Amino acid sequence: MTQLISLLTSAIVFGTVILYGAVGEIVTEKSGNLNLGVPGIMYLGGIAGVAAAFFYEMHAGHPIGIVGLLLSFAAAVAASMLGGLVYAFLTISLRANQNVTGLTLTIFGAGLANLFGGSLNTLAGGVGQISVAVTSRAYRAYIPALAGLGRVGQLLFSFGFMAYLAIAVALGASWFLNRSRVGLNLRAVGEDPATADAAGVNVTRYKYTATCVGAGISGLGGLYYAMDYIKGTWSTDGTIEALGWLAVALVIFATWRPARAIWSAYLFGVLYWAYNYITGLSRASIELFKMLPYVVTILVLVAVSLRRSKESQPPKSLGLSYFREER
Amino acid sequence: MNRHEPLIHIAKRDAFAWWRAWLVRLVAVVLALLASALFIYALTKLNPVKVYRAMWEGAFGTPRRAWITARDTSILLCIGVGLAPAFMMRFWNVGAEGQVLMGGCATAAVLIYCGRSLSTPALLGAGLAASLVAGALWGIVPAVFKAKWNTNETLFTLMMNYIAIQLTCFFVTKWENPKGSNTVGIINQKTQAGWFPNLAGQQYLLNVIIVLAVTVCMYLYLRYTKQGYEISVVGQSENTARYAGISVRRVIVRTMAISGAVCGLSGFIAVAGASHTISTSTAGGRGFTAIIVAWMAKFNTFVMILIALLLVFLEKGAIQIASQFHLNDYASNVVEGIILFFLLGSEFFIQYSVRFRSRRNKKEAEA
Amino acid sequence: MAEEFAVRMVDITKTFGHVKANDKVYLELRKGEILSLLGENGSGKTTLMNMLSGIYFPDSGHIYVHGKEVVIASPHDAYALGIGMVHQHFKLVDVLTAAENIELGLPGKTMVDRKAVAAKVRQICDRYGFSVDPDKKVYDMSVSEKQTLEIVKTLYRGANILILDEPTAVLTPQETEKLFAVMRNMRDDGKSIIIITHKLNEVLAISDRVTILRKGEYIGDMDTAKADARSLTDMMVGRTVTLNIRRDTPVDPERRLEIRNLTVRDAEGVTRLDDITMDVYAGEILGVAGISGCGQKELLESIAGLQNTVSGSSVKYRPTGPDGPAEELIGQNPRTIAEKGVRLAFVPEDRLGMGLVANMTLVDNMMLKEYRAGKSPLVERKHPHDMARQIVRELEVVTPSIETPVRKLSGGNVQKVLVGREIAMEPTVLMSAYAVRGLDINTSYTIYRLLNEQKRRGVAVIYVGEDLDVLLQLCDRIAVLCGGRLNAILDGRKATKEEVGYLMTSLRKKGEVGA
Repeated sequence: MTQLISLLTSAIVFGTVILYGAVGEIVTEKSGNLNLGVPGIMYLGGIAGVAAAFFYEMHAGHPIGIVGLLLSFAAAVAASMLGGLVYAFLTISLRANQNVTGLTLTIFGAGLANLFGGSLNTLAGGVGQISVAVTSRAYRAYIPALAGLGRVGQLLFSFGFMAYLAIAVALGASWFLNRSRVGLNLRAVGEDPATADAAGVNVTRYKYTATCVGAGISGLGGLYYAMDYIKGTWSTDGTIEALGWLAVALVIFATWRPARAIWSAYLFGVLYWAYNYITGLSRASIELFKMLPYVVTILVLVAVSLRRSKESQPPKSLGLSYFREER
Repeated sequence: MNRHEPLIHIAKRDAFAWWRAWLVRLVAVVLALLASALFIYALTKLNPVKVYRAMWEGAFGTPRRAWITARDTSILLCIGVGLAPAFMMRFWNVGAEGQVLMGGCATAAVLIYCGRSLSTPALLGAGLAASLVAGALWGIVPAVFKAKWNTNETLFTLMMNYIAIQLTCFFVTKWENPKGSNTVGIINQKTQAGWFPNLAGQQYLLNVIIVLAVTVCMYLYLRYTKQGYEISVVGQSENTARYAGISVRRVIVRTMAISGAVCGLSGFIAVAGASHTISTSTAGGRGFTAIIVAWMAKFNTFVMILIALLLVFLEKGAIQIASQFHLNDYASNVVEGIILFFLLGSEFFIQYSVRFRSRRNKKEAEA
Repeated sequence: MAEEFAVRMVDITKTFGHVKANDKVYLELRKGEILSLLGENGSGKTTLMNMLSGIYFPDSGHIYVHGKEVVIASPHDAYALGIGMVHQHFKLVDVLTAAENIELGLPGKTMVDRKAVAAKVRQICDRYGFSVDPDKKVYDMSVSEKQTLEIVKTLYRGANILILDEPTAVLTPQETEKLFAVMRNMRDDGKSIIIITHKLNEVLAISDRVTILRKGEYIGDMDTAKADARSLTDMMVGRTVTLNIRRDTPVDPERRLEIRNLTVRDAEGVTRLDDITMDVYAGEILGVAGISGCGQKELLESIAGLQNTVSGSSVKYRPTGPDGPAEELIGQNPRTIAEKGVRLAFVPEDRLGMGLVANMTLVDNMMLKEYRAGKSPLVERKHPHDMARQIVRELEVVTPSIETPVRKLSGGNVQKVLVGREIAMEPTVLMSAYAVRGLDINTSYTIYRLLNEQKRRGVAVIYVGEDLDVLLQLCDRIAVLCGGRLNAILDGRKATKEEVGYLMTSLRKKGEVGA
């Protein structure tokens, strides 16, 4: 039982990272933009948050956690939206290929983040690894009274606020896409931009906004990873990139539905960590275990194309540019 | 009458002289280098000219460095060349990373399991065959689903990468040497069995020769063979392909087999000809970078040489700066990203002409 | 007086490139009437209406709505004036529900109030006799449901002037009746309606008045009560124009193709070609007449091995006449047909999307059908090179070089390249679809000359056309298709324009088809 709780706890922490990435990408893809820059954007969000907190903690004599939190959160959102804006400008205004632009963004984001993450402390005259302990503690704060309520309390209340925010953002995105007027227009843009255009929707503006807001959400995944998952440090081991691609996989697995992405993200977390809780696994088979999320994603992708169910398809104009002259 | 004419008018260019297109690209690279210089200056407060000289030193400063640059360029080029037929068919193979790793794993397996029983030429032959098959297999799987059920190939090949990465990790733990190191170590370090031989005293000459040969062959294949012709017809218009009696499905599967096989070959060269070990960094993101190389070169394998060289130069140069100025290697990715952003953006000005609504027009419109 | 008219369009001219789609066209729509806009394909009906609904902007002319001159620069402007158009290709998003499609792009509160939308939709439906399920997804709808949704959508957006572009083309007779009933309800409610059509019986059945266009020009209008099918046909097709196209008497025509019970259904299960049985003779030009979309494309593509046909369909190819050996073409693909030695040339309607590869050079396009020849894995470019040279020289193709991508050529030159290639294969059967569409007079005559040469060579030529004058003066026999059925086969030398026009627009009962 304790084992199960501990598995679920780590699955939720893991799932939260990719949930942000996936929900942001769903919002982006609903506008017809396939942004393969998710890992890069998560990197940007992560490093911007860490850097903001780092400079704050360095310059403030007695850093206050909540201030560091607010600063780093704002910096993360701003930096990732900026990444989204670069992608949007290149693909929407300059009509560059979406796949290539996205991959470039991933290379750029990973490079920038790891450059600063690895060198920031040295550049600032310090020694060794970067660390933003105060801010990170604020991110990881939970209400002890609730978390102390036995196993249920541990399972439900022992996380930092961003784990709950992720659920709220996913539910919010779900509500926004399915219920709101703007969400309706956005879905139409991703499906059939010509029709949306004819109905009076400003396609370009919708694509820009969705891509930037989506990037802002994805970037929070990087922030959560840096502040909570690895406790306010930085590591240049490429984990964020792997998680970023897993977020792209999660979008497919959840068939472009943010609400479904919530439990799917935790399921990915369980699949990823399950090897820790199965006794007698060799290290080799652990590596095979880590393959599971990708394998099930492919199975879902194939099943979706076989069933041809209209509800689970990617947005119809995904990956295509829209020019009005061509109607 | 023209009251709704937009401020900026964008029209597709009909003809644009090739030299003007290259001029635009050159301007883009220069602007990108300026932007990167600014970035480097902001970071290090160093004279950018000095920095670029240091980069040149890093890439070509000594014969040894130049050969390493050549070695890495040829692997990147080989992957790009492998992607060319797929892209020409408008098949988004973003699975090169996985195809390279599978080729590398197959080679490593041959070197490890047959290292004692076979001679080096036999090992190389077997490794080559195994890597081609493994890479082709990794390309065929998504192609079959695309051809039969129109499964999205971008997402499918992307996922295949990570399966390949985990498989590689699996093999690394299986072949671990020494135990507990979590690396395979140098395979056949003592016997050098299955390693590329030195040619004219140069360790990496064979790599370069093989890749150049592949580059030329692919160029000829795409331009002068019936299969190459079929690929471009399918890529341009499936409707026309059907009209001409070309079996679209067969072309998709066959082309992806070739694309995957050449990517697998890159894995073979990387393992038997360069690192003599296998890990996930055998591909190390080059599968993704090569996508950009292939795309930018518009399927022309000779142009790929230039672009691959540019990117590897940046990488080597940035590593040099990093060690000189106590940054880390990732500076190269940043500069690479900036240059690619500029190049991607520049294509727009080659494809389209942009005219601003002139004032005279505006007056006419108001009149 | 002015307010008697819902819409007046005066001296409207619109040019595309060098083609005048509308030349000083006049149109008036009175309040509370149904007006038919009648004309052949390419007569400029849809172009005119697109200018009223804001898709195109006229080069010159004036538009008055309810007596006031207006500028309509976008669909949005049109809606603001109460003008709504239902296009032939529905502008609906598949994965959205009816209600969502209706609300799309409209201003309003943050949340879409589904109940209020449903209530308003129900109100519109009750008023005019529609039935729309607001929660039904568009992809679950039949064609007629989608059309209903489009009409409701325009009404929901406050349109009181409705334009329907060939609404009955996709409907069954029962559905057409239903549509007409609703249209009458709307008219009685004060809406003004324009229906674009070329079916005479419908003009007579539904409309109060009719305006006729021909070749982009306004011909006239009249009260439907005073019109009949003959008088309308005369106005629509116009007087016979002598074109001086050469037409030889066929020499020893022998049966080359035997088409039997050819039936084609599309992916949605709609019958596109219905039980066609006819013969095609070597040494003659068989014309195929019909309103566009009546099965011409399916007919040619079935013969070429590009269509899935319903079982029981058969097309037999007899290289040496009716008593010789036969080759079944149904169930084959273009490659196997060619491998069997059947030299079948096909000039499809979509020249750059099917017949040629737009981005390839003239030379590479020459190889499209013959590149496979020979055992060598390499393509042979010498012959295509000579071929391209020859075609450029003989057909006077205007091109910078034979290494120019064909997309850079003008329409007429593209067609010369395509026809030239198909003729160069020395075919025994030559099929062409709308071979002179969009071409200037000179190029058109070049094409007629080429087809006649092929006929003299003993080729079985099938010419799908839209200009009745050309069909009547070029073809030896004319097969008239109507709604996927073979309505008649006429003698090209005896048939009249009115006769063909009538047969194109009014389906005869089965069994009446003569030879």
